[in-house]
Amino acid sequence: MDNLLSTATLIGIAHSGVRLATPYLYAAIGEMFGQRSGVLNLGVEGVMLMGAFAAYYTVFLGGAPWLGVAAALMIGALMGLLMAVISVTMQAEQGISGIGLSLFGLGLSSLLLKVLVGSPVSIQGFPVWQIPGLSRIPILGPIFFDHDILVYIAYLLVPISLYVLYKTTFGLKVRAVGQNPEAADSLGVRVNGVRYATVILGCALAGMAGASLSVGLLNIFQENMTNGLGFIAVALVYFGGWRPIGVLLGALLFSTVSAFQLWMQVLGVPIPSDLAVMLPYILTIVVLAVGVKQIRQPAALTKPYERGE
Amino acid sequence: MRKLSWGLVLLLIAGLVLAACTAPVAAPTGGAQPAAPAADAGATDDVVRVALLLPSTINDIAWSQSIYTSLKELQAEMGEDKLEIAYSENMFNVPDAAAAIREYAANGYDLVIAHGAQYGDSLMEIAPDFPEVSFAWGTSTRTGADQGITNIFAYEPRGDEAGYVTGVLAAKITKSKVIGLVGPVDAGDAKLHVDGFLAGVKATDPEVKVNVSFTGSFGDTALAAEAANTHIKAGADVLTGSSQQVVGAIGVAKENGIPWIGVQADQSTAAPETVMASAIYDWKQLLKDIIAKRAAGTLGGEVLQLTYANGGIRTIYNEAAPADAVEAAKAAEAGLADGSIKIVVEPR
Repeated sequence: MDNLLSTATLIGIAHSGVRLATPYLYAAIGEMFGQRSGVLNLGVEGVMLMGAFAAYYTVFLGGAPWLGVAAALMIGALMGLLMAVISVTMQAEQGISGIGLSLFGLGLSSLLLKVLVGSPVSIQGFPVWQIPGLSRIPILGPIFFDHDILVYIAYLLVPISLYVLYKTTFGLKVRAVGQNPEAADSLGVRVNGVRYATVILGCALAGMAGASLSVGLLNIFQENMTNGLGFIAVALVYFGGWRPIGVLLGALLFSTVSAFQLWMQVLGVPIPSDLAVMLPYILTIVVLAVGVKQIRQPAALTKPYERGE
Repeated sequence: MRKLSWGLVLLLIAGLVLAACTAPVAAPTGGAQPAAPAADAGATDDVVRVALLLPSTINDIAWSQSIYTSLKELQAEMGEDKLEIAYSENMFNVPDAAAAIREYAANGYDLVIAHGAQYGDSLMEIAPDFPEVSFAWGTSTRTGADQGITNIFAYEPRGDEAGYVTGVLAAKITKSKVIGLVGPVDAGDAKLHVDGFLAGVKATDPEVKVNVSFTGSFGDTALAAEAANTHIKAGADVLTGSSQQVVGAIGVAKENGIPWIGVQADQSTAAPETVMASAIYDWKQLLKDIIAKRAAGTLGGEVLQLTYANGGIRTIYNEAAPADAVEAAKAAEAGLADGSIKIVVEPR
């Protein structure tokens, strides 16, 4: 137990937590935009897998990691377009179409891996880039400024999304459409146009979340490598009360506890591994049940909009 | 209704794509459905039809890939006209697998292999309905003979032997005297591997510490990678682990220039310069034995093992691996094969 509470270990846990939160941040912030406009997209997992594969395959073929990220964004946006056509224009039940999108991404990415690559081969993704100067700060430096570039961008997304959501006309439209689409429509806001934009943006970010795994953290692609991460991202949006800061805190809490339990096991703290791996989930549920109260979800969430109804 | 139906359409499309990878794939003749020869075909012609149910995929560079590769090698040896292969991937869930097992058995397959410890109860139920068909499964020693079932083979790869040899190798390679092990769950084949690995390390150098962590899953690639990062931070300079999720850990090992030691399948394909050795399961002889026993009239009821002694486990070494470490590991292989080394499992 002493080892677990040493400074080096605590820095290690925080460092891992910051890194592990990366894919959650991309995916959950993207999903938050969609939900704030009234579209629940459960397809995040599948989009992440497709994004992860697109980025991986681009680098596998000899492209630069940045090109991989671009490919992930593009594939993500395309899948977002598909989701928007189905759930916004055709007004399909959002929960079901999202799960469909998720399975679609899972199946297609596995198939593509098998046909185009075969067995997974590791690639050269983004290296760790210690930010000059900042990484020298004691304690904070090794925790926050010792990661690959996609990690930094994920955290930059938090203030950016705060600004977009609360300080721009687009953000105002998104919130209006999610709360009261009829009123927004009467004021001349193109409800479905806004929803297309948020769903495509959300899926592009989900694609980037996949890239942050395959060319950032792991440098490899494996069938179903997200392993439910996309669904946790959707849960984090609820957890965070549809606010960027809330999502950030939720992602950090979940991933830091994951990191904590890994360290517990590695240092040989006598606790059954089955119990240890449950910790992040248990804690998240406890926080949700006890700490988070009175959050109002966007009033029009999961409701397709049709004029004149 | 319109809303619901569009969602269903997408679900169906998704299902189709999934099916493209998971549905029974018949080879070499192709066609998604087993070609339904008469149920007694196996007994009358000399073609052996083998169906394989895999919890993961044929390219998982671990458990599933190991047996698929061996079966393909055996097919190359016997000839495609003598051995027909069909397989279903991603059958981790038992109900899906049970349906597929039944379908294969009903469609003229001579041998249906359910490649996972979770399929036992389903097999015990299904096997009596198809007395002409042989079934095989593992890791297990249960053949159902005590219930009067005669057509189930059980197999048991000695993951502890693979663990022991790689443990000896790792203990010789480490300079920091700390080794990190990234496991999936503490059960079944994975538990055997960990037990054997610890025994191998201890027998070689009692001072070496092995930090063991489990992710609670076989497919959590991201957590496996973070586990590898954690091990490295905690001082490990050699890493190992089992299950398909270790590709994440291998990526981290590569980035940090730390040697990885693999088990189950040849993992050097993922990162050739990082993987020092892979103790692989070679199922060819075991499969041959089952087919021979069947031809001789024994449809099941026996337990078969993969060991160093019978060639079911062998180690592939990287040329870059330190010579003294390889020598020690090869001595351990020989010792296990001739019985002079006994693996002592200590409680963890």
